[in-house]
Amino acid sequence: MDFNLNSTQEMIQKIVRDFAENEVKDIAAEIDETCEFPRENVEKMAAADMLGIPFPEKYDGAGGDTLSYVLAIEELSKACATHGIILSAHTSLGAHPIYQFGTEEQKEKYLKPLARGEKLGAFGLTEPDAGTDASAQKTTVELDGDEYILNGSKIFITNAGEADTFIIFAMTDKSKGTRGISAFIVEREYPGFSVGKKENKLGINASDTRELIFQDCRVPKENLLGKEGMGFKIAMTTLDGGRIGVAAQALGIAQRALDETVQYVKERKQFGRTISKFQGLQWEMAEMATKVEAARLLVYKAAKTKDSGQRFSKEAAMAKYYASEAAFAVANKAIQLHGGYGYMKEYPVERLLRDAKITEIYEGTTEVQKMVIAGSLLN
Amino acid sequence: MMNILVCVKQVPDTDEVRIDEKKGTLIRDGVPSIINPEDKIALEEAVRLKEEHGGKVTVISMGPPQAKTALLEAYAMGADECILLSDRAFAGSDTWATSYTLAQGIKNAGEFDIIFCGRQAIDGDTAQVGPQIAENLEIPQITYVKGLEVDGKKVKAKRALEDGYSVIETKLPVLLTVIDGLNKPRYPSIKRVVAAFKKEDCIKVWSTDDFEVDMAKLGLDASPTQVYDTFVPTNEKKGEILEGNEKEKVEQLLEKLKLEQVL
Repeated sequence: MDFNLNSTQEMIQKIVRDFAENEVKDIAAEIDETCEFPRENVEKMAAADMLGIPFPEKYDGAGGDTLSYVLAIEELSKACATHGIILSAHTSLGAHPIYQFGTEEQKEKYLKPLARGEKLGAFGLTEPDAGTDASAQKTTVELDGDEYILNGSKIFITNAGEADTFIIFAMTDKSKGTRGISAFIVEREYPGFSVGKKENKLGINASDTRELIFQDCRVPKENLLGKEGMGFKIAMTTLDGGRIGVAAQALGIAQRALDETVQYVKERKQFGRTISKFQGLQWEMAEMATKVEAARLLVYKAAKTKDSGQRFSKEAAMAKYYASEAAFAVANKAIQLHGGYGYMKEYPVERLLRDAKITEIYEGTTEVQKMVIAGSLLN
Repeated sequence: MMNILVCVKQVPDTDEVRIDEKKGTLIRDGVPSIINPEDKIALEEAVRLKEEHGGKVTVISMGPPQAKTALLEAYAMGADECILLSDRAFAGSDTWATSYTLAQGIKNAGEFDIIFCGRQAIDGDTAQVGPQIAENLEIPQITYVKGLEVDGKKVKAKRALEDGYSVIETKLPVLLTVIDGLNKPRYPSIKRVVAAFKKEDCIKVWSTDDFEVDMAKLGLDASPTQVYDTFVPTNEKKGEILEGNEKEKVEQLLEKLKLEQVL
């Protein structure tokens, strides 16, 4: 087994690390406070071709692999988890379903500008009564001549207020259950489409999370993604990929929490010596570091499995389940080792804990990941 | 259309270099290599000029085979072609031998309207290679460039001085050495990184067989300057403590600041 990155991956990691250090790290605390979406940085990321990393050059992507994309999310998330999820939601949830299920015309019209970073992507599946039970879709859709008419709403949608292109799921035929769900590409400008107010959250504060509202929203017939009734499959396949992105985000948070702690314990003095000298704390840090490394191996393995063309649902679920719990545990321990200072906003570790929590919830809760893993064992 | 060449050097990231106090040398083990920061500014300026006027940017470097990484990064920032001069015969070159080798490589690469160099490399700090290349090529040079306008067949440059700048105009071809502040280099394009590694032919590697050089002018033996010893400087400058009451001290301080032209 080869655990080393190749030269391309190493250089991409270095570029994104430089970008994160110079452009992202210093504004992370500020945008956590102001909740302002980092639009300027998203434009800079687009200029460096970070918004289309895993798509072929043919579709204006960078032609990179999933592992390179994962490294980019990890590096961004070390500096600011909000930046990590903006990239992940855009790439894995907004653009990838078009790449995987779209027609050539749809790829030309929608995937290319997303991959160039001229447009931002988002994904609307969750509804007030359809969370883990994603099949309970209440958003309806009817065909009227050359257009579909959408009615309903989606909640907790990442990038909602900033995105241009949305992948939206709705029930075309309720009697067919999950086979009655279809997916559509919806433009922000379509009449009858609006967004709600920005949600006030525990963490990833600058990520723009809102409700999407469809009131007789008219979507051209050619914007059906895949075939009618394929929506549930598209959603689940897309989320498998998205989970690798969230797992990479969690990994970045965990690594940062560890890095901050290593630095702090070497500086902080109590009882006449730096607290790094106390074996009790050393053992805590050994556990933190091992969790981070185990998470990294699972996340990279999931990315490599996806790149190899094999099924990767189980690997993605394991990576997300483990890395998100590791991020929360390591960030929590980081605060503990920082003591009272760790609870204060002058230090970044309290933000890391707040940001880590969502990775255990979105794109499938930890419990859903366990369902997927158990399913792969028993079916 | 402009034909532009940029000289770059791969250097250890001195932010991460530690010094072996006993030997007085840099501990380079495990230290990442980067493109010399001022060379990146030179490259950025070249790519901007290409984007504005059209043309081509060629990057040249002299160094060991691993310096290819720096050239791949230069390609990802927008260079069209990269040349690495790499041969055991170049080892141990001082600035004289380096600038001779680079000038010969440049002659072999073609004719250029503008040659950009960073002012100096962060590992050697000599600031000699750029000016010496201009001398070898017998073209004009403007050093310490902090502002630049290019108009047809001439350039107008702001040349930084200790207490201001002078504006210098000259015809092309010209060699310019640039300093921090001229621009903010872009981040390399990930798309171009992937492309560069896929088709490594964007980098040409030239040994002494591939371009015309006088073997007697290469490497350590042809270098008039040799390093006998390196050491870590101790800072013996002490601060000056002003005497008197508050008002007197402020007056003295103002006097000194005026004398130093800070005010």
